[in-house]
Amino acid sequence: MHLSDLKINDKAIIKSVNACDKELRRLYDLGFVVDSLVTPILASPSKLIKAYLIKDSVIALRNSDAVKIEVEYV
Amino acid sequence: MSKKIALIGNPNVGKSTLFNELTNMHQHTGNWSGKTVGVAVGKHKNLTIYDLPGTYSLIPHSKEEEITSDFIISGNYDIALIICDATMLERNLNLVIQTLEVTNKAILCLNMADELKEKGITIETNKLSDILGIPVVLISAKKKNGINELINTINNFKSKHTLKIEYIKEIEDSIKSIGAKSRFEAVRKIISNNNYLVNNYLLDLNIKPLDSIMKSIYDKCCEITNIVVKKKKIQRVSKLDKILTNKITGIPIMLLMVITILYISIVGANYPSSMLFNFFTWLKPIINNFLINIHLPNVITDLLVNGVYQVLTWVVAVMLPPMAIFFPLFTLLEDFGILPRIAFNLDGYFEKSNACGKQALTMCMGFGCNAVGVTNARIIDSKRERLIAILTNSFIPCNGRFPSLISIISMFFIIESKLFNSLLSVTILTSLILLSIFITLIISKILSKTILKGIPSFFTIELPPYRKPSIIKVIIRSIFDRTLFVLGRAVVVAIPAGVVIWLSANISIGGSAIINILSNFLNPVGVILGLDGIILLSFILGFPANEIVIPIMMMGYLSNSHLVDISSINTMKSILLSNGWTIKTALCTLVFILFHFPCSTTLLTIKKETNSIKWTILSFILPLLIGIILCLMINMFFSLVV
Repeated sequence: MHLSDLKINDKAIIKSVNACDKELRRLYDLGFVVDSLVTPILASPSKLIKAYLIKDSVIALRNSDAVKIEVEYV
Repeated sequence: MSKKIALIGNPNVGKSTLFNELTNMHQHTGNWSGKTVGVAVGKHKNLTIYDLPGTYSLIPHSKEEEITSDFIISGNYDIALIICDATMLERNLNLVIQTLEVTNKAILCLNMADELKEKGITIETNKLSDILGIPVVLISAKKKNGINELINTINNFKSKHTLKIEYIKEIEDSIKSIGAKSRFEAVRKIISNNNYLVNNYLLDLNIKPLDSIMKSIYDKCCEITNIVVKKKKIQRVSKLDKILTNKITGIPIMLLMVITILYISIVGANYPSSMLFNFFTWLKPIINNFLINIHLPNVITDLLVNGVYQVLTWVVAVMLPPMAIFFPLFTLLEDFGILPRIAFNLDGYFEKSNACGKQALTMCMGFGCNAVGVTNARIIDSKRERLIAILTNSFIPCNGRFPSLISIISMFFIIESKLFNSLLSVTILTSLILLSIFITLIISKILSKTILKGIPSFFTIELPPYRKPSIIKVIIRSIFDRTLFVLGRAVVVAIPAGVVIWLSANISIGGSAIINILSNFLNPVGVILGLDGIILLSFILGFPANEIVIPIMMMGYLSNSHLVDISSINTMKSILLSNGWTIKTALCTLVFILFHFPCSTTLLTIKKETNSIKWTILSFILPLLIGIILCLMINMFFSLVV
């Protein structure tokens, strides 16, 4: 399933990241690497962007970008 | 000998706070990424300190990150001081490990020691130091703890063998075969796929270099964190975040915050403003007498006193107090960490407009000063989205326009009932702000469908923990950094403006002053727009600073040869009414204050930032066009309905 499909407070593990090189680098820098634990914790009023707890920091990703990350429930 | 120290770290780890602490300089810090644009240099005794822009990685994405990674790779420093947020060590270690791949002249500085306790985290710094092979110092830059120890560590620094990461065998082989100056240089080359042989070799083995390299680095980060970090509590979502990003309460609370700040700035500025006015009025005859006594020609004295002095002091008295209140308040919100949340809440709307969520940040800066908003558009990576943010920034009314908005609202839209007065004026002001935000979104959308075609680029924003700002520092810094900076530029344009206004009011052609000839000439256009010649001329003469639009208007109506200070709002209203103002005129003027051309300072800044005459001209025409269209619509409405 995609990262964007997770509901708030669902815990999941990143299985793969499928984006272009430029986006990959950004995601990796922010900690979205394979085997990392990730949890959506906030959704914006528009629901189009969510904030994720990843490696102790809170990073917001648009759903249109979170689709590029494959996850599995823990 | 002076040691060169390079400060490097993720955005938001308190680099600039440490820099200020060490150098006593006033580098502005903010609780969001992209604050340090360019390299700041300062001194601490025998140390020369370079504050590099925050970066997540030495493989750069943006211009600012490139500055940092080039600096670190150049090796042109004695020590790379890596600052980390101790509360999120794992992610921060990524940059530490990358830096150690480049240099062994490094010290790790773990900041936010004060927050560790609150969060129930302990870090074994000695163990961490052993693993990394570099000194590790735990500090709190804000509370000034551990700074002396850090300085001692810097002074006694000797480089040792440091941790080198082991990539998978195929990558290690590739690093050897590429033969670059440093390991990391080779890694960068492999990641950017610029070596044909290596590229093909890895491709054949079905290895994606970026994935593999980052995996090795992060596995190491995770391994180290597991050894040295102990957590007692589980991190929870802050209650404040739940309220501030809530579907129902989020946006209204944020709007309320912005309006409260604006309201405090405007109401709170009244008293200091009138004090400044009184002072300048008291000073005026003294200057006048002095100039007469040194036998300056009467014309020159009049030009200097009633032209330059009058406009200059007006701008200072009207602009300084609200800005000196607005910017510190805004900076408090900024340091606390509200701005990234505003961007988070509004991003959906900006995404629908094919723009960047960070545009919400530059938009907020625009409330203070459009020129500042335009400069801060640098934080937007994509050039297309940056241009959209720049072109639409002047739709947001700046501090210089608020007093005019408020005075017209209170003259024409408030019924004689004291209790509801301020509430009603706030409501009308809010609607105007919402209108300007709405137009910003619409025009962003139109731009991205026409001349700035494109899909929204990848967007991420970090929501840092809320941090209590240090109030006194905020006040001092925001006054020096922003208020005086903006005021300085306004003063520079106010002087020539004073000359031009005086000349146009005092030089007559065929018996009538230039100002009258011009306003008569503009009158037909003004009438079509629901305004009049004087109003239009005031906007044109007010090009240097929007603050002086209303004073020029008064000057024109009273046919005075210099700016007038009208203390009572009722006198002002009766002057306007006797010159044919109606509700329609007031409404059109309000709209025109929101949407006309940007002031000269903003326009110059746009030219500087875009480096293009084309975009500068467009940023001039765009708001003007919207103002004209809206005014025509209001006129049509009144002629149909009223």
